[in-house]
Amino acid sequence: MSLQPVKFYQTGTFTVGNRLLDESMRAVQANMTRTNSLNSGHRACQGCGEALGARYAIDAAMRAAKNRLIAANATGCLEVFSTPYPETSWQIPWMHSVFANAASVATGIAAALKVKKKNDVRVIAQGGDGGTTDIGFACLSGMFERNDDVLYICYDNEAYMNTGVQRSSATPPGARTATTPAVGPHPGNPFGTGKNLPLIAMAHQIPYVATASIANLHDLEAKVEKAMGIRGARYIHIYVPCPLGWGSLPSDTMKVARLAVESGLFPLFEAEHGEITSRIPIRRKVPVEEYLKLQRRFAHLFGEDRTAIRMIQEIADRNIAKFGLEEK
Amino acid sequence: MKKPFAITLDPGSSLANHTGSWRTERPVYVDRLPPCNHACPAGEDVQKWLYHAESGEYRKAWESLVQNNPFPAIMGRVCYHPCETACNRGALDESVGIHAVERFLGDEAIRQGWLPEMKEKETGKKVLVIGSGPSGLSCAYHLRLLGHRVVIMEAEDRAGGMMRYGIPKYRLPREVLEAEVGRLEKIGIEIRLKQKVNDVMEVMEGFDATFMAVGAHIAKRAYIPAGDASRIIDAVAMLHGMESDSRPRLGRHVVVYGGGNTAIDVARTAKRLGAEEPLIVYRRTKDRMPAHESEMNEAIEEGIRFRWLSTVKSMEEGSITVEKMVLDEKGFPQPTGEFEQIEADCLILALGQESELDLLKNVPRLETEKGMVKVDHAMMTSRPGLFAGGDMVPSEKTVTTGIGHGKKAARHIDAWLRNADFHEEEREIAEFGMLNTWYFSDAPKTVQPVLDLVRRQSTFDEVLSGLSEQNALFEARRCLSCGNCFECDNCYGVCPDNAVIKLGPGLRFRFNYDFCKGCGLCAQECPCGAIKMIPESI
Repeated sequence: MSLQPVKFYQTGTFTVGNRLLDESMRAVQANMTRTNSLNSGHRACQGCGEALGARYAIDAAMRAAKNRLIAANATGCLEVFSTPYPETSWQIPWMHSVFANAASVATGIAAALKVKKKNDVRVIAQGGDGGTTDIGFACLSGMFERNDDVLYICYDNEAYMNTGVQRSSATPPGARTATTPAVGPHPGNPFGTGKNLPLIAMAHQIPYVATASIANLHDLEAKVEKAMGIRGARYIHIYVPCPLGWGSLPSDTMKVARLAVESGLFPLFEAEHGEITSRIPIRRKVPVEEYLKLQRRFAHLFGEDRTAIRMIQEIADRNIAKFGLEEK
Repeated sequence: MKKPFAITLDPGSSLANHTGSWRTERPVYVDRLPPCNHACPAGEDVQKWLYHAESGEYRKAWESLVQNNPFPAIMGRVCYHPCETACNRGALDESVGIHAVERFLGDEAIRQGWLPEMKEKETGKKVLVIGSGPSGLSCAYHLRLLGHRVVIMEAEDRAGGMMRYGIPKYRLPREVLEAEVGRLEKIGIEIRLKQKVNDVMEVMEGFDATFMAVGAHIAKRAYIPAGDASRIIDAVAMLHGMESDSRPRLGRHVVVYGGGNTAIDVARTAKRLGAEEPLIVYRRTKDRMPAHESEMNEAIEEGIRFRWLSTVKSMEEGSITVEKMVLDEKGFPQPTGEFEQIEADCLILALGQESELDLLKNVPRLETEKGMVKVDHAMMTSRPGLFAGGDMVPSEKTVTTGIGHGKKAARHIDAWLRNADFHEEEREIAEFGMLNTWYFSDAPKTVQPVLDLVRRQSTFDEVLSGLSEQNALFEARRCLSCGNCFECDNCYGVCPDNAVIKLGPGLRFRFNYDFCKGCGLCAQECPCGAIKMIPESI
């Protein structure tokens, strides 16, 4: 995608499409012939961020790969809501085995294609944050260090949603889950726990790592397209709100995702071979409260003692400084 | 049993799974009434014509515009644009410069000689319009578009009414007026000049209906004791005189008495005729002046002076005596007994105008109110078939209001001639809170080039210039399209269930209720508030 700023338009490129813009500057999602890789009739909840994230990413990958694509899928919401036996919502070759090994299955598919000399067929592995940061982590790290020709996409909704909202290593501090209830002197998920998988992926020095959000579609599609243009191990971490698990309104899914970026809690950046190469500056900065207050999983932080909110704000401020998210 | 090993069911698509049954609310596309349209006294569909202008389809934009207003080049210049005051973009950065785009379209139409499309068949009905001011011309135009024959009777020797005899040239160049009025004659409207109507009952004969819009040409006077050599004239006569060959002679020290737009027009005209720093005397304070702020500011820039809280008590040779006033707690000016003399060669009274209703003397049982004619919701007087509008009926006295009256009357006359009723559709207003302003990029308003100040003070050249094509396009594209879909594809993109069907350019979208779960994301993320969630009956 061209990054030339479009001035003097009603909406610039913030909207999905724009009848006044050249076709090439509109999102894949604006196209009447988009693949709809994840089709209607899937059983995701109302306003599911993951269903959106998956369609955005795979449709963009399909376009980049000229529809020559195979995906391996870890166990998780995405797999459960899209393929209850014998139905499927996927309009691409798609394979599920178990929770832990999506990266390994994808590695195997890539190896088979190499043997068959089918260079034009590309491989994607995808999973939720549980299947990526916890259960599938060893397989993923292996895929990274071998530099297998796979794009791994993690749809991060910050807990195990499919099984009833249990904490994962991607659950943010302070959040209430089924396993980190809002009780005791330090309610919710403890501060100082969890891991940042994009930074861990970067530490493997793989060719491409990026974070993306469903709230910035043009950026998300550009990153998928860029990743598809590179060979070797690539990793994209997409932020996808979960109305059911987070206690947000289904109609607020985009808003919540947007505020995560605008507050600085979810930085959008790209890295190549372990070095950060670009970041998306915050457009309209907001305090973290704006983001937190839309979600019941953080409701307990809004009591008399606001220390936890201050600590979350500090996390956001550190992100803004570290990734250079404020335009000077 | 012909299934492969371990397979018990045929594979199928999730399309069999109609998730629409989960829904408790359904999204529907709506066309809400944008605040600009709502505020326009002429009922212009501003958002709609801007939509065409945005894509550079100026002809289409103009054709859409002239469905409601025959005079975009005039209105783009003289209207006080309540649309811009109401514009939702004002709450975001600055309101859209609607008048500037309107003027651009109007000028373009004049340049290219565009004519409105005549779609209706001739009805064979004949309507009389009395007066060729904004209201009469507008009524005639809309009746003509509806297929009726129209004859206008005008007392003066040229058409235009207050647009010619009340609005100075520096605000409305006469060639623009000629061009837009001339277009009406081109579509078959007959204008009979120098035909003063003395008795409406007499001239109504032979017409199927009559619309009167004789305006308000008689200046209100105030009793001001004056010496023999002192010179007091009224604003109406002075502005009217500007259209004749001999311009009024005012002298060096000119005082204008009044606080409305006419007072400003007169003072600015006097400046251009050579008066030194004309002075406007008004009995109340600046913030209570009925004149529009933009005009007042332009006047101040040109060197017009103001004296607030003062009334004129008398005029002597070369001077006037004013009394200072104070506002009481109700905001009414009260005399203080303090007097002052001010140099004045000429005093111009701009104290408002009244209508001459002599032509109605033989209309039986005609209802009037404060020297104006009473009309019903259909602009009809108490006499069936006799309609009235513009400055002669109670309402705001602006060109745009007059044009709106003309349109409204024309549509009701048309219905009346067919023994039908005309109803305007009611639409919900698209308020700022219904928009999702995240999606609009920042874009400041385009400023119209302003005529160099020295030229403004000495000539009658137009003060504000028009926008270039580039700027007009930019300005049009600042429209937020409040309450009406502008095909940004957001709903199509943000639906997690692919339940929005894109129908193609210009055709908008449709919901697929088989799969729509009713999450409301489309409505929430619609930038212009063109989707509404309504409860599902379960």
